[in-house]
Amino acid sequence: MAYGPARVLPGEQIRITTNPDTEPFWQAARENRLTACQCGECGRFRMPPTAVCPDCGSREKSWPTLPGTATVFSYVVCNRNPKTGEDYVYVPVVVDLDGAPGARLNANVTGCDADEVHIGMKVAVEWTPIQDDWVLPNFCKD
Amino acid sequence: MAWSHQDQCAIVGVGATDYYVRGKSWPRTINDMAAEAIMNACADAGISHRQIDGFAYYSTAGAGYLDKFDTASLMETLGMPHIGFSATLTSGGGGCVGAVGLATAGLMNEDCTYAVTLMALQQLPQHRLGVVFGAAAPSPENSFLQPSGLVGPGHLMSMLTRRHMHLYSTKPEALKEIVQATRANTHNRPKAVRRNPLSDEQYWGSPMLADPLRRLDFCLETDGAVAVITTTKDRAKDCRHKPALIHACAHGGQREWGRAFAWMGMPDPYFASAGHEFTANRVWAQSGLTARDMDVALLYDHFSPMVLMQLEDYGFCARGEGSDYVLSGKIRYDAATGGKVNGGVPVNTHGGNLSEAYIIGMTHLVEAVEQVRGTAINQVADAEFALASGGPASLPVSSLILRRD
Repeated sequence: MAYGPARVLPGEQIRITTNPDTEPFWQAARENRLTACQCGECGRFRMPPTAVCPDCGSREKSWPTLPGTATVFSYVVCNRNPKTGEDYVYVPVVVDLDGAPGARLNANVTGCDADEVHIGMKVAVEWTPIQDDWVLPNFCKD
Repeated sequence: MAWSHQDQCAIVGVGATDYYVRGKSWPRTINDMAAEAIMNACADAGISHRQIDGFAYYSTAGAGYLDKFDTASLMETLGMPHIGFSATLTSGGGGCVGAVGLATAGLMNEDCTYAVTLMALQQLPQHRLGVVFGAAAPSPENSFLQPSGLVGPGHLMSMLTRRHMHLYSTKPEALKEIVQATRANTHNRPKAVRRNPLSDEQYWGSPMLADPLRRLDFCLETDGAVAVITTTKDRAKDCRHKPALIHACAHGGQREWGRAFAWMGMPDPYFASAGHEFTANRVWAQSGLTARDMDVALLYDHFSPMVLMQLEDYGFCARGEGSDYVLSGKIRYDAATGGKVNGGVPVNTHGGNLSEAYIIGMTHLVEAVEQVRGTAINQVADAEFALASGGPASLPVSSLILRRD
């Protein structure tokens, strides 16, 4: 089946909320800086950010700048805008983030046809402005 | 070591309303349907509904996706004089069959004498699961999932399915076989929503909603209610039917599955699984049995690939061999052979969530009871052990083995 170009969902229809555990991730995104929650004690990564490191129990967090590249772990091809129901080809992906072993993001991939997306594909972050002046990390074929 | 409460309690009554296509149950109210299911289950057991003194819910006592059961309201509606046990498993449909284990806990602790487990579902337009999930303002946690457009459960399970196909070369034909094998069990079931045979052309022509999943890989959306009554072995002797003994039951799961497809952080091989390995291993340890000892398996089928992944989690076949197992016909029911096909174990002899009705797993419990009673419409000959599972979803998930008395 030929789907054609993979598009990111329109930013103006996307909302997020934050809490003190997650907000540093989104503040970094506003500066177009991709980060992930890293334990300040044992150095292991976890996403989404949570209050306590599940491996060592530390409450210390650090927010290193990541390279911004990632690898597609799995994906789905969708063909309708979930808000409006109109025909719209987008590809949700689960990606493994380079430089942050064990940390994943869910995002859209663009820069290629939906039919080209595959597990193992290398992608690079691109930034999508969304509601309330937040910025969402999506990914482009690298 | 055998479970200390093995065969000490039994399901003695099952009851349901009619099954309605989503939204068609109106102007019945959800409480009206819940009450009918409870009273039907009590009539089946041969007790008065006023004898119920325990409530063992799952899905955080949810009734569908927006409504909530409340024990005091049910007492007010049905006139129970007192209750001694009212508890729920957390999260969602994963706990369905585990709620029977919760009932067992209340009974063995002598908190109650007859416990009811129930679900009622009425999906008015604003109550559809996909709509509920997609319309909710995302929580801080969910803000890491929902913006990707993964808004419905079909999207989420499609992500797991794709990974399974990548790791194990799982074929789309295997999903077709699960849908067709399930449909083949409803032609003789008057209450089933989908009864017509399903051709290859119809399956392949079904629209891709979340590639690799087609509309026909998604379960039905149904209105209705189902209740089951659990009591102690001694009291069960006075009930109308042969008891369906609770031989093993477990709920829970492991961290590597966790919030599952609401998270997507599962490492391989858990990502492309149904998250049931932990509770499967518990019921096998409780019983000393294995998948091969089961006479019938009622596996929660909200989406066809999750049947395949449960077959692997429970050990009906090895991890990664679900596609070949299914395609060899082993999940089929054949009345001419007494049920089993090609050395397999019949799966979802009632037509499952895919073809009979979707009441968040309760129909699987009903079928498990009828199979070990020997009264199922698609009866497996001499069925002694029936396996039933809760929905692959955020923990807890759950597993149950019923035994013929």
